[in-house]
Amino acid sequence: MSIEIYIDLILVIFLAITALAVIYVRNLFAVAMLSGIYSLLMASIFVVLDAVDVAFTEASVGAGISTVLMLGVLAITGNREKISYKSSLLPLLIVIGTGSLLVYGTWDLPMFGDPYAPVHMHVAPEYISNTYKHTGMPNIVTAVLASYRGYDTLGEVGVIFTAGVGVLLLLSRKKMNKHTNAKNKLEDKS
Amino acid sequence: MELVISHINYWVAILLMMIGFYALIARGNLVKTIVGLNIFQASVFLLYITFGKVSGGTAPILQKNTELYSNPLPHVLILTAIVVGVATTSLGLALVVRIYESYGTIEEDEIAELDSKEED
Repeated sequence: MSIEIYIDLILVIFLAITALAVIYVRNLFAVAMLSGIYSLLMASIFVVLDAVDVAFTEASVGAGISTVLMLGVLAITGNREKISYKSSLLPLLIVIGTGSLLVYGTWDLPMFGDPYAPVHMHVAPEYISNTYKHTGMPNIVTAVLASYRGYDTLGEVGVIFTAGVGVLLLLSRKKMNKHTNAKNKLEDKS
Repeated sequence: MELVISHINYWVAILLMMIGFYALIARGNLVKTIVGLNIFQASVFLLYITFGKVSGGTAPILQKNTELYSNPLPHVLILTAIVVGVATTSLGLALVVRIYESYGTIEEDEIAELDSKEED
């Protein structure tokens, strides 16, 4: 058993504590900071699990941009969560039920790091042995993302573009209303 | 002990998923709901990256004197999912700001109250 499994163990325990803290803390500023910590811990785990490209993205996008966006929203909406008096028994039961079903499902999953797990048998070895011949790139993740699956990445750009247009439309509506109100007033005067 | 070590990542992923799920369905504050959604998403990322790990393997960047690499395909999937995740987060937060502009609150029950008053 290698040392990386113990590092992973410590980091996932930190991760669970951070996620629980997000539920309990009522100050939304602290919640935004905790979600940044959560993403950073997640990025560290990705490094331990050999997913360095994913760790880069998670650290910059999850811990960086998401936190900045959330702080921007909190600056507008205020940072106190109201204490709610509604019963949380039913959600708790649903969550525990779903969780135990999922844990029951993990009994069939392969051992952590098993090199003979089905997921490593079929397609991945071909990519690992042929990527350099086909694309000349040593980084297999980049090669698959930008070369083999380039059209999927184009679709991803489409998704982000749609989200950006959606955000712009949602946030510019109020100003547009003001503009039309001013225009209506001008027309009334004339 | 061996079972715990070999399955702990799956169990933590499920625990995180359920914490995010709970924040989604039990909390009335819209910003906290979105944080819950993020926790839920990231737990799925953890699950996939765990599947891709090969013990004794190294990061899937080709180099000399190395034969064993972790599986690069889950990494590619999750790389795409992270970026799409931040797009949904930003759209959700924009909706929160828009709701705050219209209602002056981001608590679900207060919004429902204002809605029912408007109908009367």
